[in-house]
Amino acid sequence: MNGTATNNGIVIDVKGLTKSFGGREVVHDLSMQVKRGSIYGFLGPNGSGKTTTIRILCGLLTPDSGEGTCLGYDIRRDAEKIKRQVGYMTQRFSLYQDLSVRENLEFVARLYGMPDARGAAREMIERLGLSGREEQLAGELSGGWKQRLALGACTLPNPQLLLLDEPTAGVDPKARRDFWNEIHALAAEGLTVLVSTHYMDEAERCHEIAYIAYGHLLAHGTVEQVIAKSALTTYTVTGDLNGLAAELAGKPGVDMVAPFGTSLHVSGRDVAALEASIAPWRAKAGLHWQASHPSLEDVFIELMNRSKDNFQ
Amino acid sequence: MSMIGTTGERREIRDRFGFWRRSWAMVTKEFIQLRRDRVSFAMIVMIPVMQLLLFGYAINTTPHHLPSAVLLQEDSDLARSVLKALENTAYFRFTREVHDVDEFDNLLKSGKVLFGVEIPRGFERAVRRGDKPALLVAADATDPIAASSALGSLGMLVQTALQHDLYIGDPPNLPFEIRAHARYNPAAESRLNIVPGLVGTILTMTMLIFTALSVTREIERGTMESLLSMPIKPVEVMLGKIIPYILVGFVQAFLIINIGVFLFGVPVLGSLFLLAALSTLFIAANLAIGYTFSTVAQNQLQAIQMSFMFFLPSILLSGFMFPFAGMPVWAQYLGEGLPLTHYLRIVRAIMLKGATMQNLGYDSLALTALMLFAMAIAVMRFRRTLD
Repeated sequence: MNGTATNNGIVIDVKGLTKSFGGREVVHDLSMQVKRGSIYGFLGPNGSGKTTTIRILCGLLTPDSGEGTCLGYDIRRDAEKIKRQVGYMTQRFSLYQDLSVRENLEFVARLYGMPDARGAAREMIERLGLSGREEQLAGELSGGWKQRLALGACTLPNPQLLLLDEPTAGVDPKARRDFWNEIHALAAEGLTVLVSTHYMDEAERCHEIAYIAYGHLLAHGTVEQVIAKSALTTYTVTGDLNGLAAELAGKPGVDMVAPFGTSLHVSGRDVAALEASIAPWRAKAGLHWQASHPSLEDVFIELMNRSKDNFQ
Repeated sequence: MSMIGTTGERREIRDRFGFWRRSWAMVTKEFIQLRRDRVSFAMIVMIPVMQLLLFGYAINTTPHHLPSAVLLQEDSDLARSVLKALENTAYFRFTREVHDVDEFDNLLKSGKVLFGVEIPRGFERAVRRGDKPALLVAADATDPIAASSALGSLGMLVQTALQHDLYIGDPPNLPFEIRAHARYNPAAESRLNIVPGLVGTILTMTMLIFTALSVTREIERGTMESLLSMPIKPVEVMLGKIIPYILVGFVQAFLIINIGVFLFGVPVLGSLFLLAALSTLFIAANLAIGYTFSTVAQNQLQAIQMSFMFFLPSILLSGFMFPFAGMPVWAQYLGEGLPLTHYLRIVRAIMLKGATMQNLGYDSLALTALMLFAMAIAVMRFRRTLD
């Protein structure tokens, strides 16, 4: 029953996806491949098309053009088959607030036709550590618990692919860490996870990442590959930074100036121009300059600035 | 820093008009929102226009040209004259000619005719002999308003009409006797008509609202997105949303009918089982229509507004408030498209006339058709994707 085209261990394989809403192109010519058992991070600014892409993958939206397979099923024709094997966690909490934890899970189990819905729900409650709260209404749970429950609900029918749309937005750091441990545990069991996020630390926990802005897929690969491909030169400046950021911004070769705590990251693509521009300050007493690697965030901010010029 | 003085003064001025400024800000905002809300906008125009047209044109409390059947046991000139005279009163319109008493009774029971006139065998001869034979005029008096004006003026009007004919006697003594028979509600008690009608009206109102909100609520709360990502089909969603409320509607119908019987003394002459079965059909039809609204509406407010715009003509055109037979033909056609019209005939016929399924075939079929039609639209309108 499984679509056997999950050959080569590729779970998501799409080409040239395009989707417009009211004349505005939200996803443009997007192609991507996701390997079985990997955690694939989907990054990009708000409104970049992440949610739309995820919805296309699970059959909630039909692409205007483009094609591909998800779990070996055609994303246009076999949406119903894809739905059976995909767990989709929406950005906004979308379980029933006025049903209890147990009732929500049992409902999901029954929709997927699981033989022992009650048993499956009970097991999931234990796995989630929600024992003792099973009769609590889902709407009364805290943000972190809601998100755990939502993850539990979409993993309940034993899907092969998880699509998580900004699952950790508004969740505290401890809960976020637990959540990611859980995702890694699931991936170790062979589940493929596509997760969209804004957080850089989360991006670094992914096996592979893709950066999408204004509907265009701008970079993809492992974190190291993406950083290496950016060809960004970065200096970290410490010391008496008062006013330095404002003075450097906009100088030729300086593409980005960003404060990081007590230090400042100064980055540019054109090494020569960057060096020339910062030269007057490098000799200045009280400032310590050090050549460093750009962080993933530097790379993304730079990609975003660049794409803004290109596509807007 | 030197700005502080001026901003301080300006703030004082602003505070003096603060009340009006803030109220005005609210007024502008409400107008902008109202302008974008097409259904509210439509309601502002539709409700008064609909009410005026319906009350002005469709509703007639002294109805004329009421459908009537004639049981002609004798085909004589006199019989023809009498029928002509009855039609000339403008109250009666003979739509059916029947040949036996059973057919005559069935037509009245099913509500297809409101009056039945029986001209007995040997009528003309009896008149000639001066025997003063009886002419039976049976009326469906479940709706006292519809029947009373016609019945009340029967004797006088026939007399006047017959004066131009051959057989006039002196005005006060007609050569035959008109025996008017107000069936089903002889005392013309309006509650006998209104209580069964209320069963249908109350059910329409509550059932529509229950399901009209069902889909829009899921969309507004965001639960629709995850529901759509799971393997469930539109028909399954619809049935799941309708079936629980059939039970609710059944409890409600049971309650109203019991109050009607025990508090208001309305009889249930027909089969309780038939009443329950056809009430369930009616409940399901209304739930299906409410559900259809919820697949069309953008939000819960729109769904409520649509239900209201459906409820209003249901009350006015179904025969609940005003006699159905008294409405102009176009309004009757509109009325035939409303489940309440058919259910009112059913519930009145079963409770007051003791009607059986045999009398109610057409209205049951119409209810089923309306329900399936609404369901088909709902399933088609249900968006399986978020496109």
